[in-house]
Amino acid sequence: MQKFYLNYLDELESEALFILREVAAQFQNPVLLFSGGKDSIVLTHLAKKAFYPAKIPFALMHVDTGHNFPETIHFRDKLVSDFGVQLVVASVQQSIDQGRVAEERGKNATRNALQTTTLLDAIEANKVDCAIGGGRRDEEKARAKERFFSHRDDFGQWNPKNQRPELWNLLNGKCFDGEHFRAFPISNWTEMDVWNYILRESIQIPSLYFAHEREVVWRNDSWIPNSDFLKLEPEEIIRTKKIRFRTLGDITITGGIESDADTLEKIVDEVATMRQTERGNRADDKRGDTAMEDRKKQGYF
Amino acid sequence: MLESNQLLRFTTAGSVDDGKSTLIGRLLYDSKSIFEDQLASVEATSKRRGFEGIDLALFTDGLKDEREQGITIDVAYRYFTTPKRKFIIADTPGHIQYTRNMVTGASTANAALILIDARHGVIEQTKRHAFIASLLQIPHMIVCVNKMDLVNYSEETYNKIVAHFEEFSSKLDVKDVRFIPISALDGDNVVNRSKNMDWYQGSPLLHTLETLHISSDINKIDARFAVQTVLRPQREGFIDYRGYAGRISSGIYRVGDAVTVLPSGFSSKITSINAGETEIQEAFAPMSVSMTLEDDIDISRGDMIVKPNNQPEMIQEFDVMLCWLHDQPARPRAKYTIMHTSNEKKALIKEVVYQVDIDTYARNTENKELTMNAIARVTLKTTRPLMLDPYRDNRMTGSIILIDENTHETVAAGMVV
Repeated sequence: MQKFYLNYLDELESEALFILREVAAQFQNPVLLFSGGKDSIVLTHLAKKAFYPAKIPFALMHVDTGHNFPETIHFRDKLVSDFGVQLVVASVQQSIDQGRVAEERGKNATRNALQTTTLLDAIEANKVDCAIGGGRRDEEKARAKERFFSHRDDFGQWNPKNQRPELWNLLNGKCFDGEHFRAFPISNWTEMDVWNYILRESIQIPSLYFAHEREVVWRNDSWIPNSDFLKLEPEEIIRTKKIRFRTLGDITITGGIESDADTLEKIVDEVATMRQTERGNRADDKRGDTAMEDRKKQGYF
Repeated sequence: MLESNQLLRFTTAGSVDDGKSTLIGRLLYDSKSIFEDQLASVEATSKRRGFEGIDLALFTDGLKDEREQGITIDVAYRYFTTPKRKFIIADTPGHIQYTRNMVTGASTANAALILIDARHGVIEQTKRHAFIASLLQIPHMIVCVNKMDLVNYSEETYNKIVAHFEEFSSKLDVKDVRFIPISALDGDNVVNRSKNMDWYQGSPLLHTLETLHISSDINKIDARFAVQTVLRPQREGFIDYRGYAGRISSGIYRVGDAVTVLPSGFSSKITSINAGETEIQEAFAPMSVSMTLEDDIDISRGDMIVKPNNQPEMIQEFDVMLCWLHDQPARPRAKYTIMHTSNEKKALIKEVVYQVDIDTYARNTENKELTMNAIARVTLKTTRPLMLDPYRDNRMTGSIILIDENTHETVAAGMVV
């Protein structure tokens, strides 16, 4: 007997394809925000499925902090050529050079917060009316309240108190000139779902996610990779550890975990038994209890 | 997790004090969905506020404002997984001014969890929640009588509440109601069976959620496929390809099926169905697919592909149960944009037939003003016919929203009567 119900991964996939198609149908000039992290990679794969055999009908936009893992950039460029999509790079370095933003100072200085200005400038310059992101509601408490279609005013700001109600499968993407939307097709996925999907679909991901030997320093309760951008404190010692990353971001703040998981199967097993949230290793979320909410209101991803 | 595991969406409703946040915290905590860093942060906050042990409610606390006020202000989504199912909780606030959030959370739910404080029994809010669950046609309703520890786990108290609920809910359109006596604070009958209430023979809450029969929640009889977008690759190998992409609202489609395209009424046959890159022979709701047809017909977004012998009604004037969701009241005879499936037209509210008092379920034919949180039967008139089914038969093709043309805000949600 044929079964007529979907399993949870198929249902999540179907929902994501629906939202991606709604974006393509309702907006003039959407882009897909591509960070090189697993969520935006999964999103790109979903977009390929949603429009097959046609090509993905929007460009990828990478907000480049300049503090990248070299692996991420290599991976990005290969994916762009494999998928035959257009890439728009919005550069934080350029925003700094133009005097739009100033570098943070101090030991834990990062370019994370600066991305918001670069992103909003790029959205305006490219006349983007919808930026598709890989944000998930399980990541952080402020994200738990996001809609699939999230309205941003003409300052790019999110107002959590005045969100449009979203009912059934009816998504209202109407906005005025200068305003835009963020769309989150994998809102309902958890970290575990993403990994299970990557495994099931055999999706290529950067080598950084797999356990590998790397030079690191212990800072803010995680292993921060050594790089040209890292300013060492006198007491900090560079060590070589077998680590992997659970999320990928700015190289100066993305902490790794010690791990032996060097295959997708081992990663899925490891994630299943993990007792820390993945953003627990992100220094940007440790700046206070409402760090993410405050950044989102400003126009962050 | 197994490949065959399903996804169950449920909504929770309760007032500030009846322990809804504690219950969700308990489900997350006992199903081991809480991470160590979350736990550490909640433990620290609980201690700072002088709470004995950990305040489970803090796990579901979201934004700044509500932490300050100690209330939940918007729909928040929570996730947990057991070896049997993945769950999505739409956690909605219980205050009267937030009916709109409750309606939002309920629109896609398989089940509604209604909480009653055992000390207070059925109150106005219970009736409101039950009414909205029935209005939105949530297939399953689970009534949790909470804080049983505060009424000495009394079977008599529990039975009285159940009887009271059954009495008033007989006026509602609900199919499947279950009752469970629980104590969210202590975990009785939430994940584990209570040792304090051996008179209760039923399943604990989690087991109930894990075993609810949800495969039949989606209509598999009436085939409805609204076209979202047309795929025209215009590249080698696909020069004449026109794929109609969408998410099947209901029913089953097979390659070779005769179909009718609405509103044009043209007939054709399905030549292929794709799920992503994979060609498949058969597709059903709620799959996202694309299909090609034998004939070259002009089809665009908003059109609907159905079966010749089972068609929705094509009408321009119809009644809906409307929930007003905006603080700006409805403007008489004003034009709104109406969204229905992937279709979009203009509509006006021709008449307010009656409003429903959600506390007493009484109908009021005098009050014609639609203000925030009003629920009313209204007659809508659209510029073009819509392809409609009654909401009772089909949640996807029987639902609409109204958008204010001036502000672009979603102002109302409606269910076709």
